Amino acid sequence: MKKNRFLLLLTLLLAVGLVLSACGSSEEGDNASDKSTDNGGTEGTDEGTENTEEASDIKVGMVTDIGGVDDKSFNQSAWEGLQAFASENGLSKGQGIDYVQSEKDADYLPNLTRLVQQDYDVVYGIGYLLAPAVEKVAEQNPDTNFAIVDSVVEADNVASITFQEHQGSFLVGVAAALKTESKKVGFVGGVEGELIKKFEAGFIAGVKSVDPSIDVTVQYADSFGAPDKGKAIAANMYNSGVDVIYHSSGGTGNGVFAQAKDIKNANPDAYVWVIGVDRDQYEEGAIGDTNVTLTSMLKRVDVAVKTVAQQAADGEFPGGEILAFGIKEDGIGVADTNKEAYTDEIDKVVQEYKEKILNGEVTVPSTDEELKTYLESLEQ
Amino acid sequence: MGFFEILQSIIPIALFYSAPLIFTALGGVFSERSGVINIGLEGLMVMGAFVGIVFNLTFADTLGKATPWVAIVVAMVVSALFSLIHAVAAISFRADQTVSGVAINFLALGLGLFLTKQWYGKGQTDMVSQPFYSTNIPVLSDIPILGPLFFERVYVTSYVAILFAVIAWYILYKTPFGLRLRSVGEHPMAADTNGINVYGMRYIAVMISGALGGLGGSVFALTIALNFSHATIVGQGFMSLAAVIFGKWHPLGAMGAALFFGFAQSLSIISSGIPFLADVPAIYLTIAPYVLTILALAGFIGRAEAPKANGIPYIKGSR
Repeated sequence: MKKNRFLLLLTLLLAVGLVLSACGSSEEGDNASDKSTDNGGTEGTDEGTENTEEASDIKVGMVTDIGGVDDKSFNQSAWEGLQAFASENGLSKGQGIDYVQSEKDADYLPNLTRLVQQDYDVVYGIGYLLAPAVEKVAEQNPDTNFAIVDSVVEADNVASITFQEHQGSFLVGVAAALKTESKKVGFVGGVEGELIKKFEAGFIAGVKSVDPSIDVTVQYADSFGAPDKGKAIAANMYNSGVDVIYHSSGGTGNGVFAQAKDIKNANPDAYVWVIGVDRDQYEEGAIGDTNVTLTSMLKRVDVAVKTVAQQAADGEFPGGEILAFGIKEDGIGVADTNKEAYTDEIDKVVQEYKEKILNGEVTVPSTDEELKTYLESLEQ
Repeated sequence: MGFFEILQSIIPIALFYSAPLIFTALGGVFSERSGVINIGLEGLMVMGAFVGIVFNLTFADTLGKATPWVAIVVAMVVSALFSLIHAVAAISFRADQTVSGVAINFLALGLGLFLTKQWYGKGQTDMVSQPFYSTNIPVLSDIPILGPLFFERVYVTSYVAILFAVIAWYILYKTPFGLRLRSVGEHPMAADTNGINVYGMRYIAVMISGALGGLGGSVFALTIALNFSHATIVGQGFMSLAAVIFGKWHPLGAMGAALFFGFAQSLSIISSGIPFLADVPAIYLTIAPYVLTILALAGFIGRAEAPKANGIPYIKGSR
């Protein structure tokens, strides 16, 4: 009896699971097609006039990570890049470009393989989570070209797309230095390591370039998904007089925004700012009629994806190379959405430093050692 | 930094960090006191966070300032209903309680993310416009020394949590209902012979745990994360479970444990600015809650004794 009931329960659970997952795929299909027609429509009117070249016969596909194609972050940005590429080359979704969404980590490998089997010439893996899967599939399919975003895979048929985050961090550091009144700014990192070090080093260098006397407090949350810790760190920093915090910590950063907004709510005249990361985090900073987001360090995944796709279409796929998109390639940017806070004066100085980076006058450090040398050179 | 300033930085952080853990841990106490293991606290928090955020986003314009309060009540109700799945599986069908709790965890996260994608068309929701904000508690914040420490710029929800812990203690230890609930978890057959409806009590206890778990999740989401995504609730439910054990299945003990976890967390962040703590690597303070829970389980800190019938399905008439 007991066993029977358990079996019944198990069967019911499985049935529910089946129904739910069945709903999932069909609904998502609908969404995806809606979205692509939407985007296709607007892009079409924008670029329709230029659309005179012949449709090329290249097929480019991408596999998202678990965020999905509409995550307002990397995946979405990458897909926008592919769409821009498509409209310039007379392609469209299903006709030359396509994406596959991953529901869980285990989907990466089959999704990549599926695109390979459908004869796609270039297959993108969006996000470092896909790196191991890309490495495996690339090895098994030496005739297909792959690209991995935000990670490095060493293989002749894989292009690794990385970003020079330290350059963007340098620029927001300049902005922070110009904005601070207390001469104290803060940096909240996710997990300490090579990648986030680039953000930290670039940011400190940017701040100190403007005014070496500004104090930079650095603290790591040891997690990219701990908003509670982010909030606690931000509370402590703001308490100690820091007025601008640059976070580079994914979901942990939500807590930083929450704390800044809480301070702003208690005292609308409070002077607290947050600098966002990866994408424009203007919306996250909105509270009532004001906004605590000073600016954001942007990673232009769309630009990178489009550039590589174009190179592939021109027969110059950068296989085996590690591409580092920086300011020069327009792969890194600074958001200017919050015009009230990010004033023209600040923007002017930021643009000056951008020029200096472009013409080689300033080489932005990306490690602790480089930062040390850089700071020493400032003192002279 | 003087001692007073240190306290002034640590206490408000510890308070807001602990509040969701206290609520959820109280839920765990109710469920486990009645003899039903609730590994699903994490899932119940996820459900609470999801409902709290969705409700807040939907009704912020109509309800204005009252939105977060209504949102946490709605989250409580929905999570209580959601916990019925665990109750039905664990009590009526006598499924393995750990397994069905784990199922709750998976189901809540999957369902939350799935519906987020359906309703908002993206992987995470927008940030809510009406979250909880910290306030100065009237009258109390004017008390010298204690006022600024405990009642200035704090979240009311933190004190609601502490109040709930006291109420939970009263209910469990001072009322007939509480006695019945505990007896069902210690010796269900004896309770049954005395005319207590074992299944009924356990159902009620699991639903209370669902409501409190949902409350904890929604408070976390509306004070700290402000949106719902796959990374909103990551491990807080298990922290609460640890607080239940570290607090020896006692409501006030669980509250104390949760406050202690908040204190340790807060200290690990502040420590870099405190002279004698600056040399202690922050990692030791970060792992302190987990180490202490293991020590408590291993019996080093008093005896952590679980309710006798915890985890054992009751079969009427069996000996």
